[in-house]
Amino acid sequence: MTASFGPLATRRLILKGAGLVALIGLGNAVLHATPVFAAANDDKYPEDAFRQKNVGDAIKALYGRDHEASDKIKLDAPEIAENGGVVPIALTTTLPNVTSIAFIVAENPSALAASYKITEGTVPAVANRLKMAKTSNVIALVESGGKLYSATKEVKVTVGGCGG
Amino acid sequence: MASSIRVRAVLNGDLAEVQTLIQHPMDTGLVKDAKGELIPAHYIQQLTFVHKDKTVFLADWGTAVSKDPYVKFAFKGAAKGDQLKVSWVDSKGGTDSLTATIQ
Repeated sequence: MTASFGPLATRRLILKGAGLVALIGLGNAVLHATPVFAAANDDKYPEDAFRQKNVGDAIKALYGRDHEASDKIKLDAPEIAENGGVVPIALTTTLPNVTSIAFIVAENPSALAASYKITEGTVPAVANRLKMAKTSNVIALVESGGKLYSATKEVKVTVGGCGG
Repeated sequence: MASSIRVRAVLNGDLAEVQTLIQHPMDTGLVKDAKGELIPAHYIQQLTFVHKDKTVFLADWGTAVSKDPYVKFAFKGAAKGDQLKVSWVDSKGGTDSLTATIQ
């Protein structure tokens, strides 16, 4: 958990820069951001998305749109996880106007692992611990300004986290 | 009963850094017990953080979140001494909450 403090410090500087840019273009940015935040305020638990088995269906149920890879998302996950039951995974991003962040473990029985709603003023960064049934791609999704971006990393699991 | 929630919220510059650890089995419903019977699914579905009547962070969780979940995030606009209300609801309707003070 201490490792994730490092990126936060640099991120803060980047964010401050981003904040200034946002201020300059304030008039437009605020108008565009409003409907996005309204959507993010839908606090209902996305039960249907969590029930989907595969990646495509889970993303469709959660966001209903396509995603594109972004190098502005930094996904921190171990190369090898000795214990699939507790895999520390963290994400930071420099993308602006982030409204949600989600983690998908492609090979799990249900692909979607966790989804976080971010409101204005909350830093678009999350660290959590997930279960992984076996070696799998971990896909991080970031919804930013109404678009969906992703980053993918493979984590090798030596002992699966789903028991049984 | 002691709370299932442990929160550490520390102000660092203009950011309140929040680390949360919750005691919960997070059973997936796929694991069998010693007798070979399936342990029914029992997991936290939503974890909410409210600061001054505003939800600053909302987690929607499935069964793939590890047992005794840990989550970390940070938000702006908090001051030392502010209250942060943390609450969760699980798949069996269980719930717990805690109000932490930002240090």
